[in-house]
Amino acid sequence: MSSDVREVERLEPLVVGTSEGAQELAPRRATSPGALGVETGSVLRLDGVTLDPASLDIERPDDETMIVNMGPVHPSTHGVLRLMLELDGEVVLRSKTVIGYLHTGMEKTGENLSYVQGATNVTRMDYLAPILNELNYSLAVEKLLGIEIPERATWIRMMMSELNRVSSHLIWMATNGMDIGSTSAMIYGFRERELILAFFEKTTGLRMNLNYVRPGGVAADLPDGWEDDVAAICDNLERRIPEYDELLTGQPIFRQRMEGVAVISAEEAMALGITGPVLRSTGVAWDLRRTMPYLAYDQVDFDVIVGTYGDNFDRYAVRLHEMLESVRIIRQCLERMPSGDYRSQDPKVTPPPRARIGESMEALIHHFKLFTEGFHVPRGEVYSAVESPRGELGCYLVSDDGPRPYRLHVRTPSFANLHALPVMLRGGTVADAVTVISTLDPVMGDVDR
Amino acid sequence: MSSLSALPDGALEVEALGADEAYVTQPRGYRPLVEALKDAGYEMCVDLCAVDYVDHPGRILPESFAPTRFEVVVNLLSLSRRRRARVRVLAGDDEPAVESLFALYPGVEGFEREAYDLLGVRFDHHPELTRILMPDDWEGHPLRKDYGLGRVPVQFKETAPQ
Repeated sequence: MSSDVREVERLEPLVVGTSEGAQELAPRRATSPGALGVETGSVLRLDGVTLDPASLDIERPDDETMIVNMGPVHPSTHGVLRLMLELDGEVVLRSKTVIGYLHTGMEKTGENLSYVQGATNVTRMDYLAPILNELNYSLAVEKLLGIEIPERATWIRMMMSELNRVSSHLIWMATNGMDIGSTSAMIYGFRERELILAFFEKTTGLRMNLNYVRPGGVAADLPDGWEDDVAAICDNLERRIPEYDELLTGQPIFRQRMEGVAVISAEEAMALGITGPVLRSTGVAWDLRRTMPYLAYDQVDFDVIVGTYGDNFDRYAVRLHEMLESVRIIRQCLERMPSGDYRSQDPKVTPPPRARIGESMEALIHHFKLFTEGFHVPRGEVYSAVESPRGELGCYLVSDDGPRPYRLHVRTPSFANLHALPVMLRGGTVADAVTVISTLDPVMGDVDR
Repeated sequence: MSSLSALPDGALEVEALGADEAYVTQPRGYRPLVEALKDAGYEMCVDLCAVDYVDHPGRILPESFAPTRFEVVVNLLSLSRRRRARVRVLAGDDEPAVESLFALYPGVEGFEREAYDLLGVRFDHHPELTRILMPDDWEGHPLRKDYGLGRVPVQFKETAPQ
C-alpha cells in the first residue's frame, strides 16, 4: 500500500445527494433481455439463451403496471434493503434489489489494518454472527501462516460458533414472527438470545462485535463457571424451542402464510450460488460443517437438516431444527472440552505473557512490535470458508509478505442469497414479499460490507 | 489433481491453498476453462472477485505468464464431488476486461457488478453492468490501490517540521 493518502480537497461532495440511476428498476422497454430474465427470476432459462422480451409471459403492457419502491427504510426489510417491484395490482411481476446503503468499504479498511487488528473490522460485517466472521478471517490467515491451533482453542471456537448460530437464528425467528404479525415470537426470540449475549459478555467483555476469535486462537480463556452458564443456556433452549415449535408450527395463520409460498428449486438455488438454510430447504444436504469439515466438526455428532419443497415453511423449519442441532453440538463441547492452551504459543502471533514483559527487554520489544507493526504473513493467496447461519461465508485473502492483507475479499452469504429474491417473489403478492425477505434472512451489514 | 483431461489454450494448472485444483489463465482461455469445469461437475460458482496488483509486482505466478495489474479470481464449488476449484484470470492493465460468466452461472451477476464497481473490471456480455454498492454518479473505483483512503484532514495531527 502506498503511503500517500489522498486528502479530500473539498468537503461539499460528501454531503451532495447521490443517485442510484441505472441500478434502479426501469420500465420493461428500457431493460435489456438478460436483465429482464434476472428481474423476472427466469434463472434456468438464462443458460445460453437470451430471453426475448416479446415472449415474457407478462400480459400487461408497461403502462398498466406500477413500479413501487419498498425500502430502503421499511420495517420488514431488516435494515436498508431497497426493493423495487413491478406490480400488476397486488401481484409481483418483476423485482430488483438496490443495495449499497450500508456500504462502508470494510474490505478497503481491512487492507489498511494489520492482521492483529483485522478481526475487529470483519466482526462488524455480519453483525448477527460476529464469531463466524472472525473465525472465517482467522482461519484464512492461519492457513497462509501454516500454524497449528491448540485443541482447546478449536473447541472453544466451535462452541462459540454454535452459540452464535443459535443467537442468530433466534433473531431470525423473532423478526420473522414480527413480520407476519406474531409479536410474541419476537419477544421470546430476543429473550432467549439475551442469555447467549450475556454469556458472550462474560467471556469476551462485549455483547456484539466481539473480536474474540483471532489469528492464533481466541482472545481469552472461558471464564470460571462457564460450564454452568452454557448448561443453563442449553437447558433453557431445549425446553423453549419445542414451545416455539408448538406456538408457530401449530398456528393455522402462520402456516397459511408460509406453506407453498415463494418456492425455489434446488437447480435454481445452485445456479444462483445460494447456500445455507435456503439451499438446504430445497432438499440439498449441503452444510460445510459436514461436507467440508473445519475445526472439529468431524468429531461431533449432529444432523444436517434438509427440507423438501424450498418454500417459506421449509426455510423456517430448517432453521428451527438447526437450533436444536446446534444445542446438541454445544452439549458435546461441554462434555468434551479439552484442557490446554486457548491460543497458539507460536511467538509469531502470540505476545509473551504479561509477567515476562516486566522482566525481559526482549519480551517488551516483542510485545510492542506485535501490536504496532503486527506479524508478517507469507506471500500467497488463499480461500477458506465456514458455514455461517446464512450460508457459506468465505474469505479470499492475498498477502504480499507484509503485516496487512494485500487484498481482503469476503464472500458473504447474504449478498449471494439476495439473488434468489426475484425468483421467490415472482407471482406472489406484496404481502408475501415481506415473508420472503424474512425467510431469506439477509443481514444488510453482510450484504454491503 | 485436475478434473480436466485437456486444458484450453492459455490456461495452466497451478498449486493453491484452499482449493483442490487451481488454474491461471489468459482471458482467451477463461470462458472455455470455466465451462469445462462446469461440465466436470462444478455446479456452483460461490465467489468472484478482482484484485489490483499494482503495488505487489512479485506475486506467485507461473513463469510463462507476464503479470498484469488486474486479476479476476473465481471460486467454484462442486457439491457432488465435494471439491473446490479456483481460476485466476490475468485481466489486463489499463482497461481490464474479461468475459462474463453470467450465461454459465447466473448467480455471478452481483459479484461481477461488484468487481466492476469497486475495481473497474469490465465484464463483456454481462446483462446490466452497473455499479452496485456505490452510487451511480461516483467517480473512480474505490478498491483500486491508487484510489487512496479519502480521509478528512485532522488538525495538529502532523508533527511540526524540524
